[in-house]
Amino acid sequence: MRKLLLGDEAIAQGALDAGLSGVYAYPGTPSTEITEYIQNSKLAAERNVHRRWCCNEKTAMEAALGMSFMGKRALVCMKHVGLNVCADPFVNSGMTGVNGGLVVLVADDPSMHSSQDEQDSRFYGKFAMIPTLEPSTQQEAYDMMEKAYELSEQVCLPVLMRVTTRMAHSRAVVEVKETPRAENELNYDAKASHWVLLPGNAIKRNITVTGQQAELEQRAVESEYNKYIDASDHSLGVIASGIAYNYLMECYPDGCPYPVLKISQYPMPKELIGRMTAECDAVLIAEEGQPFIEDLVRGVMPGNAVIKGRLTGELPRTGELSPDALKRALGVEVREGYDSCEDVAPRPPALCQGCGHRDVYTALNEVLKDYPNARVFGDIGCYTLGFMPPFKAIHSCVDMGASITMAKGASDAGQWPAVAIIGDSTFTHSGMTGLLDAINENANITVIISDNLTTGMTGGQDSAGTGKFEAICRGLGLPEEHLRVVVPLPKNMPEITQMLREEIEYRGTSVIIPRRECMQTLQRHLKQKKAQEAKK
Amino acid sequence: MKTDIILCGVGGQGILSIATVIGEAAMHENLYIKQAEVHGMSQRGGDVQSNLRISSNPISSDLIALGSADVIISMEPMEALRYLPFLNKEGWIITSSKPFVNIPNYPDVDKVMADLNKVKNVIILDIEQLAQDNGIARSANVILLGAAQKALGIEYEKLENAIRRVFGRKGDAVVDANLKALAIGKEAQR
Repeated sequence: MRKLLLGDEAIAQGALDAGLSGVYAYPGTPSTEITEYIQNSKLAAERNVHRRWCCNEKTAMEAALGMSFMGKRALVCMKHVGLNVCADPFVNSGMTGVNGGLVVLVADDPSMHSSQDEQDSRFYGKFAMIPTLEPSTQQEAYDMMEKAYELSEQVCLPVLMRVTTRMAHSRAVVEVKETPRAENELNYDAKASHWVLLPGNAIKRNITVTGQQAELEQRAVESEYNKYIDASDHSLGVIASGIAYNYLMECYPDGCPYPVLKISQYPMPKELIGRMTAECDAVLIAEEGQPFIEDLVRGVMPGNAVIKGRLTGELPRTGELSPDALKRALGVEVREGYDSCEDVAPRPPALCQGCGHRDVYTALNEVLKDYPNARVFGDIGCYTLGFMPPFKAIHSCVDMGASITMAKGASDAGQWPAVAIIGDSTFTHSGMTGLLDAINENANITVIISDNLTTGMTGGQDSAGTGKFEAICRGLGLPEEHLRVVVPLPKNMPEITQMLREEIEYRGTSVIIPRRECMQTLQRHLKQKKAQEAKK
Repeated sequence: MKTDIILCGVGGQGILSIATVIGEAAMHENLYIKQAEVHGMSQRGGDVQSNLRISSNPISSDLIALGSADVIISMEPMEALRYLPFLNKEGWIITSSKPFVNIPNYPDVDKVMADLNKVKNVIILDIEQLAQDNGIARSANVILLGAAQKALGIEYEKLENAIRRVFGRKGDAVVDANLKALAIGKEAQR
């Protein structure tokens, strides 16, 4: 059966067809569509595959590990920075090993289309000493899911699958199976001690896992996804991984004149790389993301091989690759199009018209006119756009939840007013524990939880805390009189500004919750309602 | 055949529905397809584009190389100009004439039009007005698709059939409106 699928959708379909029992994820561009596809899948509904969003990547990773513990196949999906959030269970899942197959799907975002850095998840795969896959095409992404689960169960380790934005968000025709594999039966090894990482057990596991590395590398050498394609001209050899392989092939419609080593499975297949450095005068290394392969091939000891890549300037040091970047590196002529046009202005994204975050920033800016030394600590979400004109309202944005904790640290250092602004979904992702720290010390900060009842920036997914924020704040010990709720609308401006003023003046921790539905989900809900009424 | 297409506009203008119809037509013809899309933050009123490549031979890159696009289909005139370095010198621009001004430094509209008219092959249409005059206000983007038909190298009937398959679920009225839009666009090619 042929289907036109996004890379993300091919991964989801591949997982379902491989007998998936549960997907665990927090939304994050460019990985969101994997879980959404499973949520909309008929097969997933029939089988009751777990598919609800999780609070954050750490809870997702741990729940998936629990499903694997019981012998079933699980998938965890996240964007690259999400892997930082779940680094603890991720790295230690390499130590426990798995029972049912476990695939950790991480979507990196080189060029930072929707992210704060361009970290390369392959480093994490090496760090956790687990096999890592990196597909080049949507078909490969689909096929690899089944292989990944088989590999995971054969070597009893989780498998990291790394994709990048152009793989995740690019569509192609994919041939998919007619009959999905059955789910694994519930089963676990009652005698297994490797799940209990007490030092006594962990020391033994460490010996086992490090001892497995040679086998994992041999599997990479023999992998159908790592191909050595010889050619006659040995003045150069090209190592290309993941999506960079596509750009390389785009340069040579009639076939590459140089030997090519395509790498899509790690640990690094040293034997294949050794062949290329021995047989070719120079080696160009093309990889999306950071120079992971290049650094390892180059090493620190002087050698005879001439290695070219991102570290020597043939390819750009940062940002995404492109067909033209490869053309330049290979001396292939770049086609001339029209000249770029001067009458084109940048068009950065902006908060939607009518968005509640707009009213929050309008009110905040109005109040802070009277506090010129105020510092506003922002967070990750649509409201980060409050940095842009006309608001220019925030002074920091680092990672999920950092608004509250940074405001607290600034306050500890003597700053006042210190204001944190965080979205509802980001608050339940990583803000709650920081708020408890603040409340326990009655830190002199004002926290705004701008609640739009959804995870907005990624397209309006369910937000874990909807309907529970007042209860959460009370439960963390916030005094009732400093828990304030308001509807952010222009007509309520006097109320919001007064509230902000009072809570900034209060020398302790306070929370203000402006609450109004996201414009995107509101429009969608109104449309659905209209369609339903039309049916009646 | 091989056609490299850049679809562009402002987040929320619905460029992906044009891509869906082209993709459906191409898939029905057993052509190879690659379509790189933009999701995430830029969809909030920022510039958005999609690289759509269709070919009778396998396609390597998800992205179109400089000077290689055969067609730019744009929902907004300035956005069409943004991708000029990707357009090959014989390529076509099919664009809506109506500026979407959500930035303070939007260039002088006359200059934008002059720049567009410097391109060898260009069709500029007031698709919103055309759609309104014909009572198909919600199908304006499909007018652009009709106007791009020859440049795309896809037979007209095949686009019609693709529209029937893509919009069939939404009922006959929606299908008819989109077929009408396609026909209006086709006329504008002459």
